[in-house]
Amino acid sequence: MLALLPPLIVLCPLAAAAILLLSAGRMPPPAARLLAAGAVGLAAALTLWLAVRFLSAPPPAHRLDVVLWHWLRVGGFDARIAFTLDPLSLVMMLVVTGVGFLIHLYACGYMRGDPDVARFFACMTLFVAAMLVLVLSSDLLCLYVGWEGVGLCSYLLIGFWYAEAANGVAARKAFIVTRIGDAALLCGLLLLATRTGGLEIAGVLRSIQPGGPVAEAAAALLLGGALAKSAQAPFQVWLPDAMAGPTPVSALIHAATMVTAGVYLIARLHPLFLAAPAVMTAIAVLGLVTLLLAAGSALAQTDIKRILAFSTISQLGYMFLALGTGAWGAAIFHLVTHAVFKALLFMAAGAVILRVHHQQDIFRMGGLGRAMPGVFAAFAAGAAALAGLPLVTAGFYSKEAILQQAWRAGPVLWAGALLGAFLTALYISRCVFIVFLGPVRTAPTGRTEASMAIPLAGLSVLALTGGLIEMPDAIAPVHLLFRLLAPVLGPPTTEGAEGGAGVLLLAGALAPLAGIAVAWGLWRPRAGAPAPADDGLARAARAGWGFDAAYGLLLVRPFLALGWLNRRDLFDRVPDLLAAATRWGARLLGRMQDGQVRRYAGWIAAGTVAALCLAVRP
Amino acid sequence: MTAAPAQALLLASMLFALGLLGVLVRRNLLFMLMSIEIMLNAAALAFVAAGMRWHAADGQVMFLMILALAAAEAAVGLAILLRLHAAGRPTLDADTGNRLKG
Repeated sequence: MLALLPPLIVLCPLAAAAILLLSAGRMPPPAARLLAAGAVGLAAALTLWLAVRFLSAPPPAHRLDVVLWHWLRVGGFDARIAFTLDPLSLVMMLVVTGVGFLIHLYACGYMRGDPDVARFFACMTLFVAAMLVLVLSSDLLCLYVGWEGVGLCSYLLIGFWYAEAANGVAARKAFIVTRIGDAALLCGLLLLATRTGGLEIAGVLRSIQPGGPVAEAAAALLLGGALAKSAQAPFQVWLPDAMAGPTPVSALIHAATMVTAGVYLIARLHPLFLAAPAVMTAIAVLGLVTLLLAAGSALAQTDIKRILAFSTISQLGYMFLALGTGAWGAAIFHLVTHAVFKALLFMAAGAVILRVHHQQDIFRMGGLGRAMPGVFAAFAAGAAALAGLPLVTAGFYSKEAILQQAWRAGPVLWAGALLGAFLTALYISRCVFIVFLGPVRTAPTGRTEASMAIPLAGLSVLALTGGLIEMPDAIAPVHLLFRLLAPVLGPPTTEGAEGGAGVLLLAGALAPLAGIAVAWGLWRPRAGAPAPADDGLARAARAGWGFDAAYGLLLVRPFLALGWLNRRDLFDRVPDLLAAATRWGARLLGRMQDGQVRRYAGWIAAGTVAALCLAVRP
Repeated sequence: MTAAPAQALLLASMLFALGLLGVLVRRNLLFMLMSIEIMLNAAALAFVAAGMRWHAADGQVMFLMILALAAAEAAVGLAILLRLHAAGRPTLDADTGNRLKG
């Protein structure tokens, strides 16, 4: 019975996607909304039931294998479509279906009036199905199917409003940049498949030789895929542009779930990464660099969605930092809380954007707190969680877990992460102060409808209280999540940082407060209208530190030049030559058929003589 | 004296070559028909020579059949020729007869 549930949960959104796609846009919008939200809601309810059943009576070894069918069997290589239910995938399923359902509910209101709502929901439900396959599969090849599936849905949804050329460009950019990582991932999978004889995750992890070149190479290649998918340096350029999609897409795919696939992949394969210490160091360093660069960029943005996009990159950097220091549980904890509060922030931002006539520039907003107190409260809850306001928000506890682990790995990493926490509080407070306080600059109209308000309220509660499942020892010894994940990720390191835990905790609590205080000093409501900083540093930060320009100069332009050089397609000339020779020969032979009966007779005679010569040849 | 089969075959092949040459080089339909008759007769002569060589009647049976065939061929060929003439074609040149229209 329990084994039946995971495939059923995947099937719910998949069936909805199939129906919506096959309806070819002929399904009336209310039916499409009901079908999509209903299917994902059903999946969420089933997941909740599954979680209750799983936790009340855990299967042996805390894992449940469901083999659906054998995909291909070549020689000794056996690829299966198989699911494994264990605490890690259960947590991921809860996030994907739970947050996914609330975002679908929100999208019902947000996408009202869009003529293509069926196509939108088809891609959304397909995304949920692919993401569930990704987190459930017990075989890396099957995981790769989900991995590519979510990438495809991301592409389709970024370019959802395809009539505008810029959206198509953003979609292609996201797809191509993640594709580069996917190519590395595929190479890693092939390496593992040839060296370990299979791609079943448990088998691969059993047969890894620690410190060997295979482990190092495979871990580095898989890391490439994870970096691109999770928008980490040097692949972070696609995520800010991906905000061209509708806001629910930004919330679901580019904040809560898909971009965390890289984190999930590394956590799932953590024994492989443990066997490659150099790669672990690279993960930690890249995570730290990304989190600081992105936080700095977020500080200079003027578009509310781009602020949140850079914030997402920065928070993913925290997760990678945690992964790099071996704190798998802390990374997953931050993944969960981030999914909640970032989805909340995006949806609240979407509600704001709808009310102010699709204005996204925060310097044209202002004083919105009085006109929409509910949305303000939701955004403030999300912002507090993102900033990590001490004790009362989920983000505080998850960030604290990462900071503690970073201290153990090295004071430099810890100091960087602490600076990141300060910057996080600074940029999100800037956003809150400018958008919701001060004089009104764009008068909001309309109302935020119930289907959008309910998810905001639900996620607000979760963003504030969700962290209580896992607390540092210095506050209260609650370790529900780490204990749940222990069968997969190993026992949590519960021992404190040699007496300094209290001081670390205090530092971690003070950094966000300091950030908020500084932001109040800089951007509190004043008489004059605030204007974005416009010095060289701010411009560089706003442009994402020039990564786009550098890639354009170093990669895109040479590639286009190469394409221009090869515009006649040199390699196609070889088959063309063959075709020309054939055509020429045919024309030559065709001249035999000239309609002159005497010539035909001549050819017949010549052919007969030739045949006779062949036949009587000794 | 009796001719050896080998000599008869030689004559047959010479006749056949002559006929073939006639078909290939003559443009007049009437002469082409006559050349085909020569080729048929060459084949018939080869049959007779072979029948003589193996002392079998089959060769002469085949000769009679080829005679009938040649007669039928001549009848059909001459009929086509007459039809072409009746259709108002000014010459018997085979090279101009490759258009079935008109």
